[in-house]
Amino acid sequence: MPDTTALKGTDAPATAVDAPPATDAGPAPGKPRSLWSDAWHDLRRNPLFLISMALILLLAVMSIFPGLFTSASPRDANLAEHYLQHPNWGHFFAPDWLGYDGQGRSIYARVVYGARASITVGVVVTIAVTITGLVIGMLAGYFGGWIDTILSRITDVFFGVPFIVGAMVILTSFEQRSVWVVILSMAFLGWTSIARVARGSVITIKQADYVVAARALGASTTRILTRHILPNAIAPVIVVATIALGGYIAAEATLSFLGIGLAEPTVSWGIDVSAAKDQLRNAPYVLVIPSVMVSITVLSFLMFGDAVRNALDPKMR
Amino acid sequence: MTTIDKTAHVPAPRESVSGDGPLLDVRDLHVEFHTRDGVAKAVNGVNYTVSAGETLAVLGESGSGKSVTAQTIMGILDMPPGKITQGEILFRGQDMLKMSNEERRKIRGRKIAMIFQDALSSLNPVLSVGYQLGEMFRVHQGLSKKAARAKSIELMDQVKIPAAAARISDFPHQFSGGMRQRIMIAMALALEPDLIIADEPTTALDVTVQAQVMDLLAELQREYNMGLILITHDLGVVADVADKIAVMYAGRIVETAPVGELYSRPAHPYTKGLLDSIPRLDQKGQELYAIKGLPPNLTRIPAGCAFSPRCPKAQDICRTDVPPLAPVTEQDGLELVGRGSACHFWKETIHG
Repeated sequence: MPDTTALKGTDAPATAVDAPPATDAGPAPGKPRSLWSDAWHDLRRNPLFLISMALILLLAVMSIFPGLFTSASPRDANLAEHYLQHPNWGHFFAPDWLGYDGQGRSIYARVVYGARASITVGVVVTIAVTITGLVIGMLAGYFGGWIDTILSRITDVFFGVPFIVGAMVILTSFEQRSVWVVILSMAFLGWTSIARVARGSVITIKQADYVVAARALGASTTRILTRHILPNAIAPVIVVATIALGGYIAAEATLSFLGIGLAEPTVSWGIDVSAAKDQLRNAPYVLVIPSVMVSITVLSFLMFGDAVRNALDPKMR
Repeated sequence: MTTIDKTAHVPAPRESVSGDGPLLDVRDLHVEFHTRDGVAKAVNGVNYTVSAGETLAVLGESGSGKSVTAQTIMGILDMPPGKITQGEILFRGQDMLKMSNEERRKIRGRKIAMIFQDALSSLNPVLSVGYQLGEMFRVHQGLSKKAARAKSIELMDQVKIPAAAARISDFPHQFSGGMRQRIMIAMALALEPDLIIADEPTTALDVTVQAQVMDLLAELQREYNMGLILITHDLGVVADVADKIAVMYAGRIVETAPVGELYSRPAHPYTKGLLDSIPRLDQKGQELYAIKGLPPNLTRIPAGCAFSPRCPKAQDICRTDVPPLAPVTEQDGLELVGRGSACHFWKETIHG
């Protein structure tokens, strides 16, 4: 506590009266405590967060370096030798560990390589949706008036389109469906909830005294929006975004299962589930294993979002 | 910067006539708010001037229009409900109401700055005070991060925040109320504006800190030779620091006077009532005087003098004719400089 030394030397009853509460203000003097550092403090001790974070990290590594997990290729098909060969549960991490599918491909390798599509779609759609939603929501919330009316009505129109049905309509109109086509069509439909949350949050924040004060001290509109409103309005948006991430991964699997999302040769869990449904009776594991992967991934992102929400929402403490 | 040089030859001009005319000249300002219950006339013809180095205290109850006037001068009035129907706000002779938004923004912070009542809510909770102070220099003067930081520390020293260098990266909630108000003052002071508007700067502080903050403001004002508009409802706070006082009631100035004279010889029954309602030790045991009734509803301001329904001296003329702000004179007709009263019976009030 450097304050005490400074106090003794310098002038002042003026400072002496004020200073003690100032030094005692934070429970941890010297360490700045903001909403974010408080949230981080909570998160580090939350088992839900730690487990979900570990799983997400594992999935992230898997999608970036699938070669670390398996030497087998997900596209190596050997019908003659491996057609629906059952799992060999003892052979951990070997190509035949989780058995082979109806094309004679290693299910373990396909599960590992399938992570990339799911995670990419989930993360990129979430980023795109957050940016679009934030921009639209902030403009509507900050400027109000006719800008708000127009943007809010557009949001309502998109909000009214059922997500999966809308995505089906868009995706069926494409001959070639790459990962990017799927991402774009999902982002195109998904930004509305973020925009609504951002708009509400900005409307609250823009009335705050510090926004008025910033304006009174000559800050420009851009600066007020980016430096004063955005950092204060972003917490609820992040909560919605992290929870939505799990939903987008599930949606990608759903669309791929329906045959209108990702398509071969892309390796995706949804495609594998779809292909496996014909052999459900004699080889259920072909369907169950990628389904379980989708569930684990979605669950870890939902748990992650939940933990973040609890940490960022002061009312939940 | 340049403006400081201009007036620097007068070190502490309490009765300031420096330069060419007043710094700020508000002329016949009318502001109204369109609400569901009708048009609320918040400001009804306010006139006042502030010169460099001069402190004007604007005194009034809540709802008297003092803050709305300040917001209008700053250009931070919310314009859809609010509307300026009449008047001019001349800053160095130029009407700010006729300027473009961009021109006005350049005046804010650089030429006219404002200090708010509640420093905690007026500082951004997610940014460190160093960042927020430094922002003034980076945005307006284009300084580098490092230079801005150095200047911020200098500024925090100047407003007497102990261990400024160590506390610069702290967040607003880590400071006490008095320290936060000092930071607010530092932010307003950063670009050495010509005029500072302080909207109830000490209301949220406890009494011991109030005096320190007022002293600091007065000291800095002398140092920089700034004009200062001090908005308050507290007669005690302004007595030491103000040069002149304007008392507002229902959106109108009802009395103006140099500070000492207002306290000793009020010329308006409202001012008299305010002074009488200050608790005094020598009247212990007696009932405390209170102005009876409530301030008028701004959508239905009474005809004639707005204070007439509450005024002990009200006559028939008060309920029909709006009294103009008339110059106040001695009994022998000698003019009292800077005094005015918007009362039909100011003579009786001051002399009788």
